[in-house]
Amino acid sequence: MNNKNIFISAAVSLGIIFIAVITVYKSQGTTAVADEKLSALMRIDAPVKGGEQAKVTIVEFFDPACETCRQFYPFINNIVKKYQGRVNVVMRYAPLHKGSEDVVKMLEAAHIQGKFWPAVELLFSNQHRWVEHHVSNPQSALAGIKTLPLDHDKLDRDWQSSQVAKTIAQDITDGKILKVRATPQFFVNGKPLIVFGYDELASLVEEAVAEAY
Amino acid sequence: MKNNKTIPAENTQSWNFLFFVWLIASIGTLTSLFFSEVVQLPVCVLCWYQRIALYPLVLILPLALFPYDVKVIRYITPLVIFGWFVALFHVLVVAGVIPESVQPCVQDIPCSEIHFTLLGFLNIPIMSLLTFSFIGLLLFLSKKSFTRNFHE
Repeated sequence: MNNKNIFISAAVSLGIIFIAVITVYKSQGTTAVADEKLSALMRIDAPVKGGEQAKVTIVEFFDPACETCRQFYPFINNIVKKYQGRVNVVMRYAPLHKGSEDVVKMLEAAHIQGKFWPAVELLFSNQHRWVEHHVSNPQSALAGIKTLPLDHDKLDRDWQSSQVAKTIAQDITDGKILKVRATPQFFVNGKPLIVFGYDELASLVEEAVAEAY
Repeated sequence: MKNNKTIPAENTQSWNFLFFVWLIASIGTLTSLFFSEVVQLPVCVLCWYQRIALYPLVLILPLALFPYDVKVIRYITPLVIFGWFVALFHVLVVAGVIPESVQPCVQDIPCSEIHFTLLGFLNIPIMSLLTFSFIGLLLFLSKKSFTRNFHE
């Protein structure tokens, strides 16, 4: 065998081995979060949408300043709608962007007044106005939230309150326990979405629904 | 054969050493890509500096293998030395010899974090240090066997 053949066969073998290892790794399927970490997934009073009796729960760790979260938002809505009460989605805060920590406090303050969903929808649709170069501007986010019909004084008091700070701190701690390093991060009935993508999430939900019903 | 003209018989050994450098660099590159892109381990800053030193070898070395051009050893040595020192620094950070405050890490990805360990001691920075050491040794052997044959 001459040198060129040796080189080519080595390169081809490496490529084949690489693809084979990836295939084997991915075929192992998604394993659920370890039991001792499961409690980190849920927080009582976290914003939730979908069927009250739903047996399938998507937990999304999100940052309102995250572009991909914005892009996923309508998609998540569609999933909830599609399964008609069998799936719900719980939102947990993961303020990974600079400045986002205050913005999620404002969201939580809006949540106290029952306005989480309109507020998050508004923040997503106006994201370019209050997020610049991946840095959140809490004041313009607050101005945006205040266009909604809610109690402004209470909102101002609440987002700076220690109670809201505690809620956010718990979400951040839980995110760390679950190794949320990027947003959005999804868990479907305790199983993390490993390969990121719309289709992957959709099939993870489909599997969970098939299992639960 | 065209190859036999470009690689004189007495330099076969030198060529083989260089070929192994390419093989090791490629395996290292694919392994690191596997961990970051498939397993999705976070990549810290020090890992990126080591990648900068390793990845080019995969693309540059084949050009020096066909036809054989021993000068490539001179050109890639700075990369290998740079990568070796960064890997050493990384190993020391992980081992706790260099305190955490000194490490140039950003965005909540601590370089001191160990994601997994093989055989009780082999974590990713140590693998990297071994890789760069081995590549350096092979480059040295390749260079040595080439010049010796050249003078004969």
